[in-house]
Amino acid sequence: MATTAETFQGHAEAHDHDHDHDHKPGFFARWFMSTNHKDIGTLYLIFAIFAGVIGGGISGIMRAELAEPGIQYLQWWTGFLGGNAQSFDEALHLWNVLITAHGLIMVFFMVMPAVIGGFGNWFVPLMIGAPDMAFPRMNNVSFWLTVAGFCSLMFSAFVPGGTGNGAGVGWTVYAPLSTYGSQGPAVDFAIFSLHLAGAGSILGATNFITTIFNMRAPGMTLHKMPLFVWSVLVTAFLLLLSLPVLAAAITMLITDRNFGTTFFDPAGGGDPVLYQHLFWFFGHPEVYIMILPAFGIISQIVATFSKKPVFGYLGMAYAMVAIGVVGFIVWAHHMYTTGLDVNTKMYFTAATMVIAVPTGVKIFSWIATMWGGSLEFRSPMVWALGFIFLFTVGGVTGVVLANGGVDDNLHDTYYVVGHFHYVLSLGAVTGLFAGFYYWFPKMSGRMYSEILAHVHFWIFFIGVNMIFFPMHFLGMQGMPRRYPDYAEAYAHWNHIASIGYEIMAVSIGVFFVNIVYAFVAGKKAEDNYWGEGATTLEWTLSSPPPFHQFETLPVIEDKGHH
Amino acid sequence: MNFGKTARRGANTLLTGLVALAAAVLPQVAAAQEAVAEAANAAPVAAPATSEAAAPAAVPAAEGIARMMPEAGKGMPVEGGLGFQDQYSPIGEYALWMHDGVLLPIITVITLFVLGLMLWVIARYNRRANKVPSRTSHNTLIEVVWTLVPVLILVGIAIPSIDLLAKQFKSPPANALTVKLTGSQWFWTYSFPDNGEVEFDSKMLNIPGAPVINAGVREVGSDPSDGPSHLEVDNRLVLPVGEPIRLQVTASDVIHSFAVPALWFKLDAVPGRLNEKMIFIKEPGVYYGQCSELCGVKHGYMPIAIEARPRAEFEAWLLAKGGSFASKEKPAVAPAAAPAPADAASPAAAETAPAAGTAEQEAPAPAA
Repeated sequence: MATTAETFQGHAEAHDHDHDHDHKPGFFARWFMSTNHKDIGTLYLIFAIFAGVIGGGISGIMRAELAEPGIQYLQWWTGFLGGNAQSFDEALHLWNVLITAHGLIMVFFMVMPAVIGGFGNWFVPLMIGAPDMAFPRMNNVSFWLTVAGFCSLMFSAFVPGGTGNGAGVGWTVYAPLSTYGSQGPAVDFAIFSLHLAGAGSILGATNFITTIFNMRAPGMTLHKMPLFVWSVLVTAFLLLLSLPVLAAAITMLITDRNFGTTFFDPAGGGDPVLYQHLFWFFGHPEVYIMILPAFGIISQIVATFSKKPVFGYLGMAYAMVAIGVVGFIVWAHHMYTTGLDVNTKMYFTAATMVIAVPTGVKIFSWIATMWGGSLEFRSPMVWALGFIFLFTVGGVTGVVLANGGVDDNLHDTYYVVGHFHYVLSLGAVTGLFAGFYYWFPKMSGRMYSEILAHVHFWIFFIGVNMIFFPMHFLGMQGMPRRYPDYAEAYAHWNHIASIGYEIMAVSIGVFFVNIVYAFVAGKKAEDNYWGEGATTLEWTLSSPPPFHQFETLPVIEDKGHH
Repeated sequence: MNFGKTARRGANTLLTGLVALAAAVLPQVAAAQEAVAEAANAAPVAAPATSEAAAPAAVPAAEGIARMMPEAGKGMPVEGGLGFQDQYSPIGEYALWMHDGVLLPIITVITLFVLGLMLWVIARYNRRANKVPSRTSHNTLIEVVWTLVPVLILVGIAIPSIDLLAKQFKSPPANALTVKLTGSQWFWTYSFPDNGEVEFDSKMLNIPGAPVINAGVREVGSDPSDGPSHLEVDNRLVLPVGEPIRLQVTASDVIHSFAVPALWFKLDAVPGRLNEKMIFIKEPGVYYGQCSELCGVKHGYMPIAIEARPRAEFEAWLLAKGGSFASKEKPAVAPAAAPAPADAASPAAAETAPAAGTAEQEAPAPAA
């Protein structure tokens, strides 16, 4: 990002004002009735970390169970969670509940809150020189709706949902397993959690679009915005257009379950495949919603630590737009085995492969940004480099899956699980950690331990590759997804994957130690602790920024712009 | 898993004998029924003499017909396997080439290329090696190249990919054997709509040492012809080799999915929908698969086992199951023409008398 802000005059004024204006509200008003984008961003990040620990803990139970063939732990966990440990059926139901909760939590209550609610809220207004979001109070509503959604999901695990408590339908909630296939209120509460979180995201999307379109500081045209802001803008449009379709689909589930409709019940003339179309029309843009902001974060980090502007700024911005637009017309590649007709399957094969082009443009542009630069391998940069490589691996397995005919033997196998965890756990999550290490001192005012951040990266890198790479082998050998138990021949790679989890879990421990270290013993952070490569507006402010900033708008001048 | 060379040879001898018997009696339906009874009497006598592992109490595939022995690594996963299972169908071979010969090399080269570029950049442009960063942020030529070259690569992938899809959607001939697979919670039901009232359930064999999954079903390993645990079933689906077969898949409750990795076959079993696809098995063998759509608590415990046998053996098996071959040639025109009287649940019957009020709509390969 080559634009710098001539804010020295305005900055000094802001400081004087801040001494009068920096009085923050009392604790309850500040944290439960916030209208401050930075505080709301902090709330989202804390919430996402909390949910991530729960979602990650659930996957720990899953990997422990899958370490060996046979059922070892599910019955104990069934008893622990208040069910009947003697019932094998309840134990098997718990498996389905765990995999459902893991998916829903990580998607809706970890990645999205962290990347959009957390980093988006914190840095979009700062980067465009705005004092806050366009609708500060609605911003808070979005956060608390998300929290309410999470509570509803947690509650669903303790009410009947089939053979035991909880919703065991997968994060995709397919009918008719989720309609007449699941008796009891658990699935209703799980669906309701999506209504709440979805509403929060739709409101947040309108907030971001309005803010970005209307509140950029004078001189900051759309083509001068940082790429992170572009990524949030495209993401907001995807949310706005796709979430209402999810809302419709899951509302139809609720009415099928409770009000006698038969949208997805063949006995009443309905069609289960209709649900899949509606869900995936949302579901595919959803995966781009999760990754696009991470793309934006990586652009900022690579530019900062190469001390160069991002290569091909317009290409990068419009590649994200292209990914967003094309992402709306490829949904049925999640449905290749449902019995689509030949022309439909051929179209979706071709369209899905098209997305590889703008994505490739981004990968090459990041490398070209580093080319000729003066690279400094501080921890955010190490994480960003990890992202670029790992996302490439995940992306190419996506190209394999895009081919409908090949997908016939890979659909619903562990190959798919490996693919999406590479682009999510090793993509989005790596981007999250990169952004965390990039911006944590700005948000908290304290530096963390650079050594611990590197140790975190390497142990995480080894761990997650060990978990998810063998899954490609398992999938090709035919191991299906969502299985608590498997044939002996699948034991070898499952065992290795489970060891990988333990290694990854150690790295998360390192992460938390680093955060504690930062608050206990970390150096105070300067305004711009990264140096000349950090050229966006947040680096002109103190760390942390004042409670209110840019009440006098900065003026953006064109300095050495591409 | 070693199923014993001697046992295999013994079973093959037995099967050859049965094939010879079956071939001798096929033209007469009534006589065929008696001949199978004769074969049943003959088999137990032949078995102990020709095979050590096939005990007199061995579980038969059908009355008087011995179960086929699975082969280690064929139609089943292998420990530590790195790629797809070996393929035994023309589509499977083509798709395997598409992956191993086209996709995998391309994605490997791309990944290594990106890794190589990154390692180069890290070595050549780190702060010590390159103190002053350049300000280059544009190069139209390279931007065009890295847009066009991926497009060309994708076109190169798309051509065989679309061709594979076209081949997969080829319909079997009108007189092909039709098999209907119905997924239920948590087992499969196989039926032969054109061949009489043959219908039977196929349930996973219980696993020794684990809680009983299917009451009344024996444990896996209790018969020498049993395949791997979690994959073997009590009643396998026997199909003829070497001919196109029409598989129709549906479900009775929630969505399931019928999958056989070694035959590159997967088709969702959706209630209220009859999905149809052609399958062609090149050689005899036992091919295993597993349900591939989350369907409830025992989703992991409703596998599939196909026993592919030469046509004559398949017919003997079907006859022993109570099937018939009254109309071997279906009319070449639309099925609405005169259906054979023995066909209980043929598609023709459904089309001339629309099945109103039933949950199932019969429609081949409906559009999405």
